[in-house]
Amino acid sequence: TSNKTRYLSHSSLFLDRKEWADLEPVPQDDGPNPVVKIAYSEKFTDVFDMFRALLQNDEKSERAFALTTEAIDLNAANYTVWHYRRVLLQALDKDLREEMKYITAIIEDQPKNYQVWHHRRMVVEWLNDPSEELQFVAEILSQDAKNYHAWQHRQWVMQEYKLWDGELEYVEELLEEDVRNNSAWNQRHFVINHTSGYSDSSILDREVQYTLKQIKKAPHNESAWNYLNGILQDGGLSSFPGLLEQVTELQDTCSSPYLTAFLVDLYEDALETNSSSYDQQEMFNKALELCKFLAEEKDTIRREYWNYVSRSLQNTYGSGDPVSASSDPPPPPSSSQLPDMEPSDP
Amino acid sequence: MEEASPPLRCFRESHSSELFSDDGVQTVTSKEQQHYHYLKKGLRHLSDAYECLDASRPWLCYWILHSLELLEEPVPAAVASDVCQFLARCQSPTGGFGGGPGQHAHLAPTYAAVNALCILGTEEAYKVINREKLLDFLYSVKQPDGSFVMHVGGEVDVRSAYCAASVASLTNIITPTLFDGTHNWILSCQNWEGGLGGVPGLEAHGGYTFCGTAALVILGKEHMLDLKALLRWVTSKQMRFEGGFQGRCNKLVDGCYSFWQAGLLPLLHRALFKEGDSTLSESSWMFEREALQEYILLCCQNPGGGLLDKPGKSRDFYHTCYCLSGLSVAQHFGNKDLHNELILGRDENRLAPTHPVYNICPEKVAQAIEHFHQLPVPVQTGPTPSAMDQS
Repeated sequence: TSNKTRYLSHSSLFLDRKEWADLEPVPQDDGPNPVVKIAYSEKFTDVFDMFRALLQNDEKSERAFALTTEAIDLNAANYTVWHYRRVLLQALDKDLREEMKYITAIIEDQPKNYQVWHHRRMVVEWLNDPSEELQFVAEILSQDAKNYHAWQHRQWVMQEYKLWDGELEYVEELLEEDVRNNSAWNQRHFVINHTSGYSDSSILDREVQYTLKQIKKAPHNESAWNYLNGILQDGGLSSFPGLLEQVTELQDTCSSPYLTAFLVDLYEDALETNSSSYDQQEMFNKALELCKFLAEEKDTIRREYWNYVSRSLQNTYGSGDPVSASSDPPPPPSSSQLPDMEPSDP
Repeated sequence: MEEASPPLRCFRESHSSELFSDDGVQTVTSKEQQHYHYLKKGLRHLSDAYECLDASRPWLCYWILHSLELLEEPVPAAVASDVCQFLARCQSPTGGFGGGPGQHAHLAPTYAAVNALCILGTEEAYKVINREKLLDFLYSVKQPDGSFVMHVGGEVDVRSAYCAASVASLTNIITPTLFDGTHNWILSCQNWEGGLGGVPGLEAHGGYTFCGTAALVILGKEHMLDLKALLRWVTSKQMRFEGGFQGRCNKLVDGCYSFWQAGLLPLLHRALFKEGDSTLSESSWMFEREALQEYILLCCQNPGGGLLDKPGKSRDFYHTCYCLSGLSVAQHFGNKDLHNELILGRDENRLAPTHPVYNICPEKVAQAIEHFHQLPVPVQTGPTPSAMDQS
């Protein structure tokens, strides 16, 4: 092709365009016996051969910028191209508002791409303007309410620019739409953690009541049970007044393995804190009984786990013989049971 | 309780009385052969459908080579040498590996390239890695708060710490300051659910939880996690119906979490053992091994070769790698001294064991560590750790 006169300006290949005639394309150096060799289309090869040429010459021009757009269209995961585009945005003093429109379009089309979200963050930082971000992320979440990149961007914007107002309301809207949206429950925790915190007893009360209300609506929703557990960890499940009664009451209408597991957690907390509000022996017996119930009947997929919890409880709070995992005499203790893991292990 | 509508025909009891016996003649579909051909071909040629992975070619090398080693299929010496030469072309002059020749260095293809070279395990493979420059690269992406960006001018998340810890420990380039603050940053990713998010504040996710936990194991700081909360979270991620694992609470099962999630159980077992826990099982990881194997073998295999997320999805090399890795974790408990195998189905389903931290075979880990520990730790020569590059 080096002999071919490059006069075509309407060809779709950069190779054939007269405005690019001065640039010698640089083929990819895969070596003589390539591996994982991709059968690139003619267009792909053309664009990236030109990209390599630009990169090699460190060219900072409008045509280079236009070429990055083509390259991104062919492979939006090429982080080298995105980096180069950022260099050009600054070197050519490009209109960043226009760039935001472009980024918006790419994200709408490929919402699970790491590079484009990072690029958006960079441009928002350069503009120092987060004013469109929450609405934009809400729009992406309306298409996929659990998009991890979207939530990451949202949390970054909120923390960086201190935009906490209205977020709890937004979370509640999302939970109205889908009470099982675990990302929304996480966002609830995020907002409260960074604003009021959970130490205030009126906040904690409100959250516990809100969560119990959601549990009554959908008793088999694991997210709500995990949230209830999560917010009470610090204070202790058994220390929250009336909780055992409220949860026990739910058993008739809202029984689920999650309720049972929650009771195990509560009993375990009572044992751990040696709470005088509870009969320690009763807590111990009930905890073991429920572990057995879960392992053998209600949550058998986690049999190994519940049996372990049971053994641990017996080992810590039981009165008597040491507990082992098998009915055989225990093997002599040795580190040979350990999976070989340390870098220094043979 | 009365059925509201008549039971579906396919659920009727009468089926069992019409069940054929198999005439004593088995039709053997040796799926391993199918997978082998899919992998062997992919190691050389990929269709244009793979243009989207043009910035991840070292990953393709690793996913395929690791799958082959799990299937105990050898790689011919000529192919191995070609992989070495290709990865050498992916290495950046400033250190680390990029997604293809001429691309900037990035921690993910760096992780993949080092793993692939360690699987090959030849002198030629080890020699590809420029350790001095690799150390410079790691320092160039290190952040003041202990985290790492994935590439210069790139994003931070917990994958980067794992990629950095993995390559640094295998190639013996860990200096006293390289991981300053890293363990604390990773710990701040553990959230109210018990698992870890990609960055502090985010939802607990199997992929990120694996990366954070494995990185802490390498750094010797796994005991600083709330291990009980993490154990509760990960065991809850096994789906009671499907048998496979979900990546996040209330999301769908996916074959790749067979490794990211189930692979946490060996790590936690060891961590708890080191804490002095005497109530650990002596025969099994704390998940339903048979159910996971059933999910992978019955739902995640493409009859033409390769494995996948769930029925209805297309095969790809990423899912092939991680479904097989998860199957291996489920099959093998313990280590070379104390080993308990649970192979669902035919003996031919048995895969080689995999190392739960690096996800390459344990012998290859040991061999690489032995090789690189004979070399001195390089001295950092590049620029000192910088705040995130503005471009």
